[in-house]
Amino acid sequence: MDKIQKLIEENVAMLIVFTIAILSVAMMVEILPLMFSKSTTQPIEGVKPYTALQLAGRDIYLREGCYNCHSQMIRPFRAETERYGHYSVAGESVYDHPFLWGSKRTGPDLARVGGRYSDEWHRAHLMHPQDVVPESVMPSFPWLAANKVDAAIMPAKMTALRHVGVPYTDAEIAASVKDVEGKTEMDALIAYLQGLGLALKNKR
Amino acid sequence: MTDFYSGFWGIYIAIIVIASLIGLAYLLKSQMVIKLKKGESADVLHHTWDGDLQEYNNPLPGWWVGLFVLTIAFAVGYLALYPGLVVFGNAIGWTSTKQYATEVKRADDKYAQLYAKFMPMPVPEVARNAEANGMGKRLFGTYCIQCHGVNAQGAKGFPNLTDNDWLYGGTPEKIEQTIQNGRHGQMPAFGAAFGEEKVRDVANYVIKISGRPHNELRAARGEATFKQVCAACHTPAGTGNQDVGAPNLTDKIWLYGGSEATIVETITNGRNNVMPAWKDFLGDAKVHVLAGYVYSLSHGNEAAK
Repeated sequence: MDKIQKLIEENVAMLIVFTIAILSVAMMVEILPLMFSKSTTQPIEGVKPYTALQLAGRDIYLREGCYNCHSQMIRPFRAETERYGHYSVAGESVYDHPFLWGSKRTGPDLARVGGRYSDEWHRAHLMHPQDVVPESVMPSFPWLAANKVDAAIMPAKMTALRHVGVPYTDAEIAASVKDVEGKTEMDALIAYLQGLGLALKNKR
Repeated sequence: MTDFYSGFWGIYIAIIVIASLIGLAYLLKSQMVIKLKKGESADVLHHTWDGDLQEYNNPLPGWWVGLFVLTIAFAVGYLALYPGLVVFGNAIGWTSTKQYATEVKRADDKYAQLYAKFMPMPVPEVARNAEANGMGKRLFGTYCIQCHGVNAQGAKGFPNLTDNDWLYGGTPEKIEQTIQNGRHGQMPAFGAAFGEEKVRDVANYVIKISGRPHNELRAARGEATFKQVCAACHTPAGTGNQDVGAPNLTDKIWLYGGSEATIVETITNGRNNVMPAWKDFLGDAKVHVLAGYVYSLSHGNEAAK
């Protein structure tokens, strides 16, 4: 032991090596095995890869930083499930690269916002949230209705996602440009939101 | 544990965790060889930094050693009771889903009778009950205000629930039905079929039947089209049809707005509006209480009796 101590104290390189070794213990037992676990790597029933339009919407969600105020992770507490619906499970996020669970809620959780409001509500709400919820502190996103989705980039995005395991077919990738052509960013974002969390439902 | 693709991972985790615990215990023990008697001072270690910086080799402080031992003991106890080691331990059989289910069951047991006692009551009676009303208000505040507003007076495109004017009917049964199954209101777009002029004609006729100043010439021209096309849902008199959610056009209440421009917009592009179904999410008992609250909003005087 004295020898090891002397080595670490007097040799910076060895200090770094041992520090990494000790820190990696947690990683080895808490993170690595999850990559070989069914519930974290397989989609649950009903979870499908995003359509081209939803995928475009997801990227707008990322671009506008929606995740800064909205989480997408319903924790298994009754106080959350009564309001938002069934708690989130890992198998719902397998096609998310990166996942958007978030860690802070200024606005409500959006993990199961799909179908909760009408498309018209989302349109009105994104244009000017206070029109439908006067108490809201959410900013307006009117430019989404004016901007067209960049259709040309869709095949590249979908191909990239295929490399990390999202099972897009060649036909889906080929059709993606046509699928989003002419759609506004608002259309895409609403399509994305309306698809969120439909796989699990609270049933009474 | 079945969740892993192979049994290897359970053993892998257990070995690393146990080896870490043993390693930590050994580390602690190896640092406790130095003991000082009272009055003795510690040796100075053999190295000197920056010319004069030296280090005593004091024994570890007792409180610190105590805490270290406690953390190891806590880890052992925790791993024995909870499923940290995957292949063994977990004496109490804990899972997060089980804990959640227990929490929900406890709450359901407690609150179920609270709601159940209102189930046999007819909706108007629920509306008059102060306790039910308070519960309904809170349910409304959680699930309904996003569209209908805190004061239930709605917004453009989202119905006001306080005015006793109903798209689908305001009887207790209809209100309950609306909350249970949701509604999907659709008005087709007539912009392409009518053309711009005809749309404005019809819009003026609609303004006429709601009893407001209009362009007489246009209204006269629009009447025929209204009776021919729009009457199918809105009835020839324009009083609407609650079976399909077609609004009454002869009153002063407008879902999207009653200005000529808005009516033209409505006729041109149509409207599409959805109220989601709450049956599965809330269950019959909560819907019943909620229906009572919604009923009370437009039957204020009656409900207060």
